[in-house]
Amino acid sequence: MTVQELAERLSLTPICVAEPDREVEGGYIGDLLSWVMGNAQSGDAWITIMSNDNVVAVAVLTDVALVILSEGVTLDERVRGLAEKKGVNIYTTPLSSFAIGAKVAALL
Amino acid sequence: MSALSFHFDIDGEDFSSAGEASVAVKKKLRQLGFPSDVIRRCSIAMYEGEINMVIHANGGTADVLVEPDKITMILEDHGPGIPDVELAMKEGYSTSTEQIRNMGFGAGMGLPNMKRYTESLEIDTKVGVGTKLTMVVCV
Repeated sequence: MTVQELAERLSLTPICVAEPDREVEGGYIGDLLSWVMGNAQSGDAWITIMSNDNVVAVAVLTDVALVILSEGVTLDERVRGLAEKKGVNIYTTPLSSFAIGAKVAALL
Repeated sequence: MSALSFHFDIDGEDFSSAGEASVAVKKKLRQLGFPSDVIRRCSIAMYEGEINMVIHANGGTADVLVEPDKITMILEDHGPGIPDVELAMKEGYSTSTEQIRNMGFGAGMGLPNMKRYTESLEIDTKVGVGTKLTMVVCV
């Protein structure tokens, strides 16, 4: 399933769409960045409530397919600009990490 | 391919630029055609080192030596040094402040991740003088 399809099926709100055709292969939920660095896999949908610059860096380094900000978290304009520059797909949802994680898992 | 080397200055004041050097290294390794797991391991180790220098040492320098069979990353700072390396290597042990934890760091996974994802990690540290990390990832 592509990022675009996943976003549509789960009614995710786009924040930065850089590579909508990217394939989503798995998922990871976490807010501790070192933990995410060490465990998220390339192609994952990474679900987090963190919204600072480092989310963009970790998304680039782990090569996740997209970041889903849960609990209605959004990015300020500066961080959004950074995501655009680095080509990171970022969406937001009002659902909790647990709830959106369950939905992602059901689709994959 | 002969050895290539890259130098980076890590800005200690600025959390928002932390990760820049790691992202640049990742890009270069990708351009050079290294396998994705090698790139991933280098990226993780380098990022952890970079973040540590920003959190604890007010920045520093990173030198990356790229050879066909291995990638060597040398991170050097003039920060406070690590008083107890054995303790610092324990997963979950952290001296980070609440503010740093709120940013998603300070999980106590930095050095353990560096060890886990590299073939060798050498720590040369002296309290009050600084720390030099040498990490090698084999291809």
